[in-house]
Amino acid sequence: MSVRMGEEQKQYQEFLKSRQPAKHWLKNSIRAFFAGGIICLIGQGIQETFVHFYHMSEQMAGNPTVAILIFLSALFTGIGVYDVFARYAGAGSAVPVTGFANAIASAALEHKSEGYITGIGTNMFKVAGPVIVYGVVAAFFVGLVRYVFTNF
Amino acid sequence: MSGVGIFIMAFLVGGFICVIGQLMFDLTKLTPAHVMTILVVAGAVLEGFGLYDPLVRFAGAGATVPITSFGNALVHGAMAEAKQYGILGLITGIFEVTSAGISSAIIFGFLSAAVFRPRG
Repeated sequence: MSVRMGEEQKQYQEFLKSRQPAKHWLKNSIRAFFAGGIICLIGQGIQETFVHFYHMSEQMAGNPTVAILIFLSALFTGIGVYDVFARYAGAGSAVPVTGFANAIASAALEHKSEGYITGIGTNMFKVAGPVIVYGVVAAFFVGLVRYVFTNF
Repeated sequence: MSGVGIFIMAFLVGGFICVIGQLMFDLTKLTPAHVMTILVVAGAVLEGFGLYDPLVRFAGAGATVPITSFGNALVHGAMAEAKQYGILGLITGIFEVTSAGISSAIIFGFLSAAVFRPRG
């Protein structure tokens, strides 16, 4: 089926295009860069604190650093600050581990009214679930390939 | 790397990984769940080639804070246990390193939902 566009339709299409928001990918990327960079900077600060004041090795400090970032993210999601930040920062808020925690906390909050089991429990991993599923599957096969290559 | 340098590298590398995610948002129709999943798998595959660890040494939290490090940590745990206990270690070790992240995300996510009211 072919639709012939008359002059009027063409004009209307152009009018529509002019009214739609242009894709500000460059502006968004700059925002994501600074927001994500700052979160990593904060992470580095927390990590250095563990290294210098609790005498942990760099590697040991990684885990508690992630735990603190996740705590802060869940807290800021709860008081509604993280979502405001996310609207500005885009992927700068989603890509760091704080975004993973935000996905879990906000899904849990959103479905709280459906109850603790069927609401919070069922929906908590609605967005973050695929990350764990495919992360684990990929890690298994990557590990398997490396295991085979190093042992046979 | 140490001193001020590691902070600068953390900022630059962490920001750069987020830009990759942002471009996937803006230039494709992938949802946030898709983008996060792709980044995690990318982290796992990079570590498969032994490339993620050098990035961590180079950029510190710039490499460990983005979600790509989750894939890296999953591979790490699996490989470490496989070295010790053989091929079954791949299964038993996968959550060895990432346990902190997943446990705290579940616990604090639950507490956040229990304490606060949803808005909007």
